[in-house]
Amino acid sequence: MGRTPYKATHMSAQVFHDADTDRSFRASFWTGRIAIYGALILWAVICLFPMYWTLTTSFKMAPDVMKGNMIPWVDFAPKWKGWEAIGLSPETLGQESTVRAEFLKRFTNSAVISLTSSALAVLLGSLAAYGLSRFSYKWAWMKNDDISFFFLSQLILPPVVLALPFLVLYRELDLLDTRIGLILLYTLTVLPIVIWIMKDQFSTIPTELEEAAMVDGLGIWGAFFTIILPIALPGMVAAFILSLVLTWNEYFFAALLTSTNANTLPVMVASQTGSQGISWWSMAALSSAAVLPLVILGVVLERYIIKGMAAGAIK
Amino acid sequence: MTSGEHLHVVTNDDISKGRLRFGKALIWGSAAILAVVVLAQSAHSLGRADYGLSSWRPTLYAYCLWAAAFCWAQVVMRGEQGKRTLFVLPAALFVVSLTVFPLLFGLLIAFSSWNLSNPDGRQFNGIANLVQMWNDPFYWNAMGNMVWYTLAITLEYAIAFGLALLLNAQIRARKFFRVAFLLPLMLSPVAVSWMIGKSMLEARFGPISRLARQLGIENPSFFESPLMAKATIMILDAWTFIPFMMIMLLAGLQAIPKELTEAAKVDGAKGWKAFWEVTFPLMLPVSITAILIRIIFKLKLADIVINVTSGGPGGATDTVTSFIFREYRERSNVGYGTMLAMVYLVLIVIFMTVLMKWAGRHTRPRT
Repeated sequence: MGRTPYKATHMSAQVFHDADTDRSFRASFWTGRIAIYGALILWAVICLFPMYWTLTTSFKMAPDVMKGNMIPWVDFAPKWKGWEAIGLSPETLGQESTVRAEFLKRFTNSAVISLTSSALAVLLGSLAAYGLSRFSYKWAWMKNDDISFFFLSQLILPPVVLALPFLVLYRELDLLDTRIGLILLYTLTVLPIVIWIMKDQFSTIPTELEEAAMVDGLGIWGAFFTIILPIALPGMVAAFILSLVLTWNEYFFAALLTSTNANTLPVMVASQTGSQGISWWSMAALSSAAVLPLVILGVVLERYIIKGMAAGAIK
Repeated sequence: MTSGEHLHVVTNDDISKGRLRFGKALIWGSAAILAVVVLAQSAHSLGRADYGLSSWRPTLYAYCLWAAAFCWAQVVMRGEQGKRTLFVLPAALFVVSLTVFPLLFGLLIAFSSWNLSNPDGRQFNGIANLVQMWNDPFYWNAMGNMVWYTLAITLEYAIAFGLALLLNAQIRARKFFRVAFLLPLMLSPVAVSWMIGKSMLEARFGPISRLARQLGIENPSFFESPLMAKATIMILDAWTFIPFMMIMLLAGLQAIPKELTEAAKVDGAKGWKAFWEVTFPLMLPVSITAILIRIIFKLKLADIVINVTSGGPGGATDTVTSFIFREYRERSNVGYGTMLAMVYLVLIVIFMTVLMKWAGRHTRPRT
């Protein structure tokens, strides 16, 4: 047992001490950890609490709202009253319901408009971004950089500048209050963002790929569709998701250009806030239902959204 | 992107005379159809002829036909070169027809008095709208507010940078925090207006008002004094948009080579010093890009203002966009609203050009 003497000395008196500087370092390490996690948790609460509040409020009754009860099953008994108001509670789900039909109509409008315009923007934008990253153009005085700048500069254009001329034009063209009218405008508003992301994406793909493909006898469009497009797909998904978020949430154009047929969920939510005073539970249910698809999208496809927004941040 | 990276394809196109002629015929033929339709519709709307038309849709269809023919003719007339043009042309045509035409048309409207509910239609009124705008205190008040809203971005930037640093630190559950921090961006401003602006900040039952009362504030009201209302709108808008800047800054932070930060550490730079002398300068280009994009989005701010305060109290929270929105909703005068928007556009373009020139000097990569 050769180790015993060592152990004995170790037990009786500590031979190796932490130097004082090390000890202070360890202490500051722990305060640093606590500060970091404290800040993280605080901000997570700031981000998540409004959603929690809205979702729980949709299950509250009037007295629960007034007493400020917060925690379901502990503070208050959850009721389906809020969801009944838009016909989505378990009891009303089986019955005919005009409110639900109304909600679903707005929901479909939102879905159709945002999906179509995002798809259209990704199609047009990817083609343009690919062209601009691969070929040199000269249209009148405009070279590649000028054309890119022309596309990106559309981002600066505030919606209010287009809104009133479009209102008048659409009235003449009989496009007011139609889905196609909103789709065209939304495509226009997200197109610069798509081009920005896709240019970034295509510039990371080496041109040797197409050169090889063209040696093998593919045309330029053939090379684009069979070789480049599959590689650029993650970027396209990112651009599509980001466009989807922006178009789903758009309110300004929808409020001005639609009235009864084509209005979207944000318009429906906005129109309820004014008229109904504080029937909070139904408003909360409506808001939750309007927000939920994108929250799910955000949680599931978070990395694509981040990829889309990070494009162009690093050059 | 420099021209050196472009694809170089050598093609020898032999375009026969017949093909050229066919291409020209396509363009001019469809243009002729467009012209005929426009003329017929003008005659109709001026009351010279009656074709039983209710809208200008036929002109729209004729225009689409012309655009399609124009794209096709590119390939017919210029072969391989035309196929390349076809990548950019549809997007360019789309944008030009949806912005340039409406903007020109808007310029026409801006110099007229046009009440949409008035059967008289458009009346050219010269610079009367400009004069009215010059004397409209509410418009300039809204402009002033935009300056304040834009200045608030500095604070948003500081918070976003802090959050990005936190997410970039050695932490557990990074993905959870990243998703949680990102979520506010997913919410529509209209829903946020209700969720926070109308319910959580409600003076009697809102949880934030309750919290304020527990902290000893007697009558918490977030929208009564002009200053407070403006600050509340700023916070609401910041809440939804901070994730956006945060993600861009985080991407920038993660692109900093590890060697650089480690070298700085070896050289004895720690904490604040390392941040100010190493991280911050390296992040400058990304920061400027993020702030510029944020400014662009900020200048469009309207949804929250329209839905929470409608510009009140006394115009203290008005943005230019929400002001024009109400101006149109209440008086439905398209002409005046368009003039206001056009002036706003001109100011924005000047402002952004100056800003980008200035920023361009700082975003150039350092050697």
